[in-house]
Amino acid sequence: MANIVIDSIRKDFGTFQALKEVSLTINDGEFVSLLGPSGCGKTTLLRIIAGLETGTSGDISVDGRSIVGLPPKDRGLAMVFQNYAVFPHMTVYENVAFGLRMQKADEARVKKQVEKAAALLHIEPNLGRYPNKLSGGQRQRVAVARALAVEPRVLLMDEPLSNLDALLRLEMRTELKTVLQAAGTTTIYVTHDQTEAMGLSDRIAVVHDGRIEQVGTPVEVYNHPATRFVGSFIGNPPMNFISMPVTAGHVAIGTKRFAVPAGSGDTILLGLRGETVERAPHGQGLEMQVRVAEPMGSHLLLTGSILGQAARVILPATETVRNGEMIGLTLDAKRLTWLSPDSGISYPAAA
Amino acid sequence: MTQNRSWIPYLLILPTVFFLGLLFIAPLVQTIWLAVSDNGMPSLANMRTMMIDINFGRSILNTFLLTLVVVPVQIAMALAMGTMVSKVNGGRETILWIWTIPLGISDLAAGMVWLSILQNTGYLNTLLFSMGLIERQTAWLTYQTPVALFVGIAVAEIWRGTAIVMIIIVAGLNQVPKEFKEAAEIFGASPWTRFTRITLPLIRPALQSALILRTVLAFEVFAVVYALGGRNFPVLVGEAYNWQNQNQNYSVAAAYAVLIMVISLIATLFYLKVIKVDPERLP
Repeated sequence: MANIVIDSIRKDFGTFQALKEVSLTINDGEFVSLLGPSGCGKTTLLRIIAGLETGTSGDISVDGRSIVGLPPKDRGLAMVFQNYAVFPHMTVYENVAFGLRMQKADEARVKKQVEKAAALLHIEPNLGRYPNKLSGGQRQRVAVARALAVEPRVLLMDEPLSNLDALLRLEMRTELKTVLQAAGTTTIYVTHDQTEAMGLSDRIAVVHDGRIEQVGTPVEVYNHPATRFVGSFIGNPPMNFISMPVTAGHVAIGTKRFAVPAGSGDTILLGLRGETVERAPHGQGLEMQVRVAEPMGSHLLLTGSILGQAARVILPATETVRNGEMIGLTLDAKRLTWLSPDSGISYPAAA
Repeated sequence: MTQNRSWIPYLLILPTVFFLGLLFIAPLVQTIWLAVSDNGMPSLANMRTMMIDINFGRSILNTFLLTLVVVPVQIAMALAMGTMVSKVNGGRETILWIWTIPLGISDLAAGMVWLSILQNTGYLNTLLFSMGLIERQTAWLTYQTPVALFVGIAVAEIWRGTAIVMIIIVAGLNQVPKEFKEAAEIFGASPWTRFTRITLPLIRPALQSALILRTVLAFEVFAVVYALGGRNFPVLVGEAYNWQNQNQNYSVAAAYAVLIMVISLIATLFYLKVIKVDPERLP
């Protein structure tokens, strides 16, 4: 239980700036994901919080006290590693007990905490076994139990599900959410998987090129990406970006005119989520040249171009579209994002 | 097609089997027979001759003492060196290369190197004299200075043979993912605890190999001892050499050879039993 303030953390590796003055505040009990592509600096930030790496400058405080310079063990945190790092030469029980043993906890407390964590993660039957006898998912449970057994102020997770197969990942995701909600631990979760971040987080910090591009709830980040990068990184298919001419503060789409935010120039970038469109009657709406129509069962995925620019949209499964067909799309003004074509930064959402 | 010709693998390994049989197993059987026979009849006479010899007890004691001192020191040093070099980023290969130079020197040459340091007119005396610590040449390698002689031989052996242990240990350390140590660190393990509770158990296979190899080699110590101590410091292989070369008694020499082999086998079995390697408990 703790709130964390990350203040202007910077990390240089030689001439390479891995983190460029990153700041982030995480509230008590909150689950925050650091989401970004590999090499964006998210793991470096996590390792600096953990104390496994030292920042070049900046400060991190937990509950108002700076932890910079403290060794990892004095930071009151626990960590779950990507490859589990469950000790192969210890039984599951001893693995879960490890942190408590290091704290010189008495045997009664060790037993109580191990049993509690084991029950939470459903690994009681495996307590006497060695990790190599367990599947990846089971080992990941052991790693989480080991972290929770010490009742950390902050739980750090570094891509904990990325080594699991797709089905197990989904199952563990749901389970993690349940377990962490029950434990109420402040959690920082590093992932490159946007669905994981969306599904688990209270808030997501999207990291790109050593910077945090946007912090917000999954819905905010999804619906109103702050930058072109965020829009294209989150969502499947990614957000469409269509460059459009602006005349007198408006953009003409089909028979309708959409007001664009003040301050935009001659052209503006329309950020369009593929599933926010509806099929328009013929000759109305935004024209899309469909190249491939893929019926996915739950929906119909269309790939093609809008105004000569690549686009992907989703229609209800009940629609039928032929490859090569030209169709019209109706847009929902409230669900559009307008971005500057130069900076790639979005204009504030209209009130 | 090829998998039907089941004789091909046998054909391919035949040369090695043949040469091993010719050059290893045949001499081994001969040696054993030589040791336990007398004039073509089974006999323990050679064993008796070996055991009542004045140097027998001393050579056993010396060989074991040397092994007991040299092997643990080498393992400890190799662990320290391996751990230190794993923290080094730049120049790691160069450091390892320098550390392994003694490996490239034959053991007799190594003995000569240390002889030039430790003999009466050697570098050590020159240094001590110039520092005013001794007033005249001091003998370190005679039967009157058994402790100095032992220390000199032990140091030379440690210098010569640590590299092979270190190479095995470094290979073992490289197998331990750094996440294990980081996890232990996060959960509050001190550097020493991380070493004893995480690193050491995880490099058991390397440790076992290094111990077996180094112990067997330590029981076979000869050239360095011969160069530094001559007959002032009898060891088992030295005795075998003396019986064969100077006494021209091949049978007693064979008895020594068999004894050394038995001791080595027992040591190997001991390590295999004591340092159990369970593949289930490794990364």
